[in-house]
Amino acid sequence: MARPQTLIDKIWDAHVVREQAGEPTLLYIDLHLVHEVTSPQAFEGLRTSGRKVRRPDLTYATVDHNVPTTDRALPITDPISKQQIDTLRANCEAFGIPLADIHSRDQGVVHVIGPELGLTLPGKTIVCGDSHTSTHGAFGALAFGIGTSEVEHVLATECLQQTRPKTMEVFVFGQLPSGVTAKDLILGLIAKYGTAFGTGYVIEYRGPAIVALSMEERMTVCNMSIEAGARAGLIAPDDTTFAYLQGRRHAPQGADFEAAKQRWRQLCTDADAAFDARIEFDAQTLVPQVTWGTSPGMGADVTGRVPDPAQMADPVARRSAELALAYMGLTAGTPMQEIRIDRVFIGSCTNGRIEDLRAAAKVVQGKTIASHVKAMVVPGSHLVKEQAEREGLHDIFVQAGFEWREPGCSMCLAMNPDVLAPGERCASTSNRNFEGRQGRDGRTHLVSPAMAAAAAIAGHFVDTRQLA
Amino acid sequence: MEPFHTHTGILAPIPRANIDTDAIIPKQFLKRIERSGFGSFLFYDWRFQSDGTPIPDFVLNQAPYSSASILVAGPNFGCGSSREHAPWALLDYGFHVIIASSFADIFYNNCFKNGVLPITLPETDVEALLAQAQAQPGFTATVDLREQTVTTASGQSVHFAVDPYRKMCLLEGLDDIGLTLRHAAQIDEYEKTAPFAVAHA
Repeated sequence: MARPQTLIDKIWDAHVVREQAGEPTLLYIDLHLVHEVTSPQAFEGLRTSGRKVRRPDLTYATVDHNVPTTDRALPITDPISKQQIDTLRANCEAFGIPLADIHSRDQGVVHVIGPELGLTLPGKTIVCGDSHTSTHGAFGALAFGIGTSEVEHVLATECLQQTRPKTMEVFVFGQLPSGVTAKDLILGLIAKYGTAFGTGYVIEYRGPAIVALSMEERMTVCNMSIEAGARAGLIAPDDTTFAYLQGRRHAPQGADFEAAKQRWRQLCTDADAAFDARIEFDAQTLVPQVTWGTSPGMGADVTGRVPDPAQMADPVARRSAELALAYMGLTAGTPMQEIRIDRVFIGSCTNGRIEDLRAAAKVVQGKTIASHVKAMVVPGSHLVKEQAEREGLHDIFVQAGFEWREPGCSMCLAMNPDVLAPGERCASTSNRNFEGRQGRDGRTHLVSPAMAAAAAIAGHFVDTRQLA
Repeated sequence: MEPFHTHTGILAPIPRANIDTDAIIPKQFLKRIERSGFGSFLFYDWRFQSDGTPIPDFVLNQAPYSSASILVAGPNFGCGSSREHAPWALLDYGFHVIIASSFADIFYNNCFKNGVLPITLPETDVEALLAQAQAQPGFTATVDLREQTVTTASGQSVHFAVDPYRKMCLLEGLDDIGLTLRHAAQIDEYEKTAPFAVAHA
């Protein structure tokens, strides 16, 4: 009998083009997603060396990082942003790559449109010049972020030189309590185990709490694997996955879909397969999370308080916490629920999908945001925006005082005009609370969509379980 | 890519953990479509006020640290975004070596693609280098990739580990794409079946 294998090993083995002792493996890539920020230098490299794109039919591009989220009929005012967007368009034309351009109905955040167009499928190897490519692992794909040199490498060869990653099982037992979300799960996991526990590993999330998640929730969890240090995180495909994929434009159709489903069912970790590492996490006792610092691991229960660096035994952690509290303008011991916020951002590749908007709208319905708060909802894609408008969610948000925007990465990284002013404090559904991430001297607290919506209304953090 | 053999330079200490790629090169500078010219924006928010005036407290605004070429920093260096602009900015500023007790995966990989050598040393060795660099401005070290050693001006030498294949590529300044294209026939062969690839229009 064959040696029992993990899902990660199965996908890896199915993509080995060449293996030679003492060299990295040449791994085949099934889907290469491209965006405007990390690709121009790669295309320039191809031109300089007279190389072509090997498989434009396995490559798909969109604009997301840099695009304005205001009226798209207006011209882009930032000339450098415009140049980057124009450059991607010219490169896609020159190299024959399909592009969901700024006015396309398919445009959106790259990690939102891949799944919704059915480009993301189980068993694929998927790369993109963006660290949150780990999102696509939710479908049982091996998906990870790469740098621009590797973008060029994949464009030219449809392969990557890779060393086999170590495997880690993250087993989540129990079920998420009512009012606690997938975002709280991944933030809680990182708060407990730190921002580097996954370094060098690919994570497979398993256990009853994971199986019970919807596809949107699984994407939120896999998305933030990189915040745990892991380049990739994945979840074995199951009926939830297949139901999401059926009928998606680029997914197999009809009898082909049924045949694919039979193959995809093989994509699971065999009983008795060994992981290189394993951690357990209890979903049952989880409480909604809010970060207080400048690293995603600096998180607390919403019922807790801002920690006191003086109580931290590890000198590196203490120094980091001191710097973080100074930057965040917070005092140790402050109850999390007394932290007053100025801005709310709902969107991003972590939480910009239809379920996220539904969760936020449910909290907001019939209420008005606090008078001192500015809040915006940025749908992850045009298709998400259209769906939300069909359901009337935009009316709920607008009536409550939120701005309803066009799709893009927006204030998750604030490359476009959506930026915090110095000192402003934001409840954000995005993935990084680094210094300056949402604008120089801006202060980011990472939360779930429901928590962000509740904070917008109260003007400070509140425990969403009490709203349920 | 320029080959890397040995490098001698001044150490710049930044004793912080989790230095992320947003700090190394803030996003407002990612809009350029070239690979060059990012050095002036390295650690921008730490080096400069919003009006562009230098912040004197920051180590790289102090001579002789301003001409350092070996950066020593806290654990999990380079976490966050996959932006290769981070190693481009470090190299363009003049850093050829980064020393830390741990690195984020994507950043670590991106360094090798650009001739920057990331060196992982035990935390106690990094602490010692940080202390020496802080106590003696202009303190230098020599990094020898072939021998895999860091030797300080005061004569202490530590050995570091590096993947042999990456070492070879760096020593010879090899182009990854060129190497992969030598195996084009095997890629052709794989593509005949490629079980999970689904071509779109």
